Amino acid sequence: MIACWPCPGGEEYALAFDRGRRARLLVLPALFDEANKLRHFTVEVMRRLDAAGIDAVLPDLPGCNESLVPLDEQTLGGWRAAAEAAAGHFAATHALTIRGGALGAPGELPALRYAPATGASLLRALLRARVIASKEAGIDESRETLLERGRADGLELAGYRLGPQMIAELEAAEPTGGAALANLAQADLGGAGLWLRAEPDHSPAQADALATLVARQVGA
Amino acid sequence: MTSEPIAVGEIPDTDRVLRQVLRDVLGLAPERTAGFTPETGLFGHLPELDSMAVAGLLTEIEDRLGIMIDDDEVDGEMLETYGALLAFVEAKRSR
Repeated sequence: MIACWPCPGGEEYALAFDRGRRARLLVLPALFDEANKLRHFTVEVMRRLDAAGIDAVLPDLPGCNESLVPLDEQTLGGWRAAAEAAAGHFAATHALTIRGGALGAPGELPALRYAPATGASLLRALLRARVIASKEAGIDESRETLLERGRADGLELAGYRLGPQMIAELEAAEPTGGAALANLAQADLGGAGLWLRAEPDHSPAQADALATLVARQVGA
Repeated sequence: MTSEPIAVGEIPDTDRVLRQVLRDVLGLAPERTAGFTPETGLFGHLPELDSMAVAGLLTEIEDRLGIMIDDDEVDGEMLETYGALLAFVEAKRSR
């Protein structure tokens, strides 16, 4: 279930439902605070895909989870290279990206993108939270001055220490992946996206719906 | 003479949308948000509503109601009760 894979920069873990089947998904997780909120949901979707005869591997991106490399040295470009390395190592046939995971999709793999988010929208939410928290603490900060500082020195947002290059990349990042197969919108799942929730939560019905949509695209 | 019903449908009802957003962000049952009164406490009263959740809440309100909220406009008072938040959003929409 727990696999290791050679990532540029050091070995990383992955959660793998790997039974050597024909359809093999590389799952790229949501980013930052959304990664936490959607982890349970993401793994539940993978369990359903496993039951439907589809392999799925969820790699730790360098700097996240049990990774030994510091987050503030990571870049979106580096995460894309990591995703490509993981795709090669696990012989993935498709990518399934969750929210901001679409920003690091490998170029070559046909990608299914669940509720893809732009870097700008993720950054906007993180900056807004920081401004609100600072205001509560009696510190006056604005989005503009924070961004300026972030581009020069990096920034801690929602507890995530992001480097200057990551900040700059997020400002402009759009969902990539050379071969987008389909965008799976939240409306196709029914209900509101779990990344909106204040606390990590789960919805078995939404996991069923996403796994069904993915299985239909990928085939077992 | 019968009065014409006010045309709705074009503009979503602010109160309804706001309750829906709170439901989606806080993961509350519909009965719970339906029971919100103007005095129901929000920020500082609901433990799950921290700064990250408030940021998500405001962004979702913006997206669903087609308004923009400046960071300068966000303060404890406007977020303290359901009534204060609704009044703020309604004022924004009428502009």
